[in-house]
Amino acid sequence: MEMPQPNPAIMAKRARILARLGAELPPAALITDEAECRAYECDALTVYRCIPMAVTLPSSTEEVSTILRICHEESVKVVPRGAGTSLAGGSLPTEDSIILGVARLRDVLEVNYADRIIRVQTGMTNLSVTGEVESDGFFYAPDPSSQLACAIAGNIAMNSGGAHCLKYGVTTNNLLGVTMVQMDGTIVEIGGAYADAAGYDLLGVICGSEGQLGVVTEATLRILPKPEGARPVLIAFDSNEVAGACVSDIIKAGILPVAIEFMDRPCIRACEDFAKAGYPDCEALLIIEVEGSEAEITEQLGLISQIARRHNPVELRESQSEEESKKIWLGRKSAFGAMGQINDYMCLDGTIPVSSLPFVLRRIGEMSREYGLDVANVFHAGDGNMHPLILFDANKPGDLEKCEAFGAAILTLCVEAGGCLTGEHGVGIEKRDLMSVQFTASDLDAQMRVKDVFDPRWLLNPAKVFPLEASAARRAA
Amino acid sequence: MRPANEAELSDLIRAAQGPLRVAGGRTRDIGKPVAGEVLETAGLSGISLYEPGALTLVAQAGTPLAGVEAALAAEGQRLPFEPMDARALLGRDGVPSVGGMVAANASGPRRVQTGACRDSLIGVRFVDGSGSIIKNGGRVMKNVTGYDLVKLMAGSWGTLGVLSECSFKLLPVPEAQATLQSDVLEVPQAVDLMSRALGTPFEVNGAARDHAGHVALRIEGFAEQVRYRLGALQDALGGDWSVLEGDASRDLWTAIRDVTEFAEVPGDVWRISTRPSSAPDLVALMGCPVVMDWGGGLIWVLVPEGTDLRARLGAFSGHATLIRGSEATRAALPVFQPEAAPVAALSAGLRAKFDPRGILNTGLMG
Repeated sequence: MEMPQPNPAIMAKRARILARLGAELPPAALITDEAECRAYECDALTVYRCIPMAVTLPSSTEEVSTILRICHEESVKVVPRGAGTSLAGGSLPTEDSIILGVARLRDVLEVNYADRIIRVQTGMTNLSVTGEVESDGFFYAPDPSSQLACAIAGNIAMNSGGAHCLKYGVTTNNLLGVTMVQMDGTIVEIGGAYADAAGYDLLGVICGSEGQLGVVTEATLRILPKPEGARPVLIAFDSNEVAGACVSDIIKAGILPVAIEFMDRPCIRACEDFAKAGYPDCEALLIIEVEGSEAEITEQLGLISQIARRHNPVELRESQSEEESKKIWLGRKSAFGAMGQINDYMCLDGTIPVSSLPFVLRRIGEMSREYGLDVANVFHAGDGNMHPLILFDANKPGDLEKCEAFGAAILTLCVEAGGCLTGEHGVGIEKRDLMSVQFTASDLDAQMRVKDVFDPRWLLNPAKVFPLEASAARRAA
Repeated sequence: MRPANEAELSDLIRAAQGPLRVAGGRTRDIGKPVAGEVLETAGLSGISLYEPGALTLVAQAGTPLAGVEAALAAEGQRLPFEPMDARALLGRDGVPSVGGMVAANASGPRRVQTGACRDSLIGVRFVDGSGSIIKNGGRVMKNVTGYDLVKLMAGSWGTLGVLSECSFKLLPVPEAQATLQSDVLEVPQAVDLMSRALGTPFEVNGAARDHAGHVALRIEGFAEQVRYRLGALQDALGGDWSVLEGDASRDLWTAIRDVTEFAEVPGDVWRISTRPSSAPDLVALMGCPVVMDWGGGLIWVLVPEGTDLRARLGAFSGHATLIRGSEATRAALPVFQPEAAPVAALSAGLRAKFDPRGILNTGLMG
């Protein structure tokens, strides 16, 4: 993975840039000490690190505007940062860039149950948004695994999903309005506490633009009434193919579970060792959750079980209590942590058409043998979003490179199967150079034209998303 | 001009010497009157892929919507967003097309639960104003690979590019539906009731108030589930309700979706999008017949011809669009809500980048 060389002209005027920022910002909003800046050298893709020129932590939209205006005038690149939980290197800085972190923007601005909205500053964590409305029976639906830590700003930048998006959609389906600061400091208001924003769907473009179009400081989010109850069923199979066929049959039968999670044997074992969730010993495990009143849950789980039995499951177990449900989900949600205990791992995020599931899983198995690296699979089966975890040893020379090559091969396979490189983590730097596998030069140019409109000088998070050679002329201009 | 495929579409646009009027079925003919040679998409027709087990469908942009809906119905599935058929309201005949629906981001009553057309649209192919063929998104439900131009194309009324293919996420048609209907209620009471209903966990997926003032609340699901939720909802809301089932329920929602109460009634029709809690004040200011959908978040307004409704409302949270009006009115008043300067600059910038010669539905959105 390559990053652009720092611009010597910018490095040379570091003192002046920092003095200008210091003159207009409160002292606590600017970090210039190298040791303190080190805390911002990477996000959750920790294999790549770089200490930025400085870190800014504004407390208001106006301060964000000030920082961006000064950086724009001085031609300094800015890397926006939510909570730093990106798995794709979305907030990896360069030496000649300034980090703009939203961690201090944490106010709730409005809660309105009649309109079913909450307006927040975007440094709030995903889970704390739900926390604000939970006691009144509401919740914010997108639930990425990192929801305890990740910020709404990052959720918007990456268009984050989660386990329950089969029913509730991802961030873009739950975002109604934003206050955004453009690179030149201009503050724009788009959408609001109503269902459809006027004019072009700028919200749709901003969501998932990986901090390249502007810094979103406030967001109006849709909140939903909490379901009466929810309960999962565990279904174990002795082959991935059969589990895949079962998922397809459930969907075709007109049942819409709120989540359908899939784990293969290596993943089941690791989770079981780690979380003691009581998972059966099998090749493929489905966790299917439905919502509603107790009677509705029973009816839907009954239908699902009926369909599953036609596929001869090794085991089928409906959760009987809240405690058991929690345990089942704990196992699934600790998959990444469990893997981390065994080994270093790289988590992929490709999406495939659900119908290609058996073929893709078989090919990944074959490739695992070719590359000599183990893979565990855990994914959102209802929507085809896979998370293959490739295990490697960071201390073994050449292993990381081998792992990256294997990862690229899996993602290429996803695209060939009719899918895409990333379903919810984003491109960042991690998948940047694979974009040409999925898109033609014309497709990429169309996307880059959008950035030309929002950030004509390509100063916001410029070395991400697009292959460096594809964006080179624009970044140099 | 009537290209037979995407390559011809690209050639025609590249070679165009003057402005083009992009036409799907011409059943949603709104916006500023547009000059130019008509570019029909009806030649780009057919379902390219339908996988019921994956809840996905891909169709050429000129495909008649009715054909898509029939194919889905055969598998017990549907487009989730309940697109409006605008023919009656606008007094048009013609065949609604997939591309026209997407270009208008047509979204009906179920939007309160399953979102708008743009929320179910998962991929597009289109030709921009220079003739470049561009694809974005794909045929999978979860996709954050690069910028989301899919959403940008939805509701852009053919001003950024001409759609050639659209992919959708689908939903199963539930086994049963039923509707609770109230007596005539004043607007404030009606909005309050709809908000309370949408705030319950009983998955109300339609909340409307007709012209006469009856509030309707729809529930869909398995038969038992619908029965249970109807009861639970009535308990939660109190008051007297009549229950409509099956076709009676379906017909009511088709009428709300298509605003048939204002069809063949003289006058202009505006569409207001706002927060439900602002709706009662707005309706009082307007003093005109209204049909409310989306729990009060969508207001259809019937006004005397030539009325500048926006001037009457002043600044409010949301926006107003002139949906039906004479060519003279549409030429005189902004059809779409005028944008604040920084947003207008972004919109103009996008138009300049995607249609640098300014030949696609020029001026339609203002």
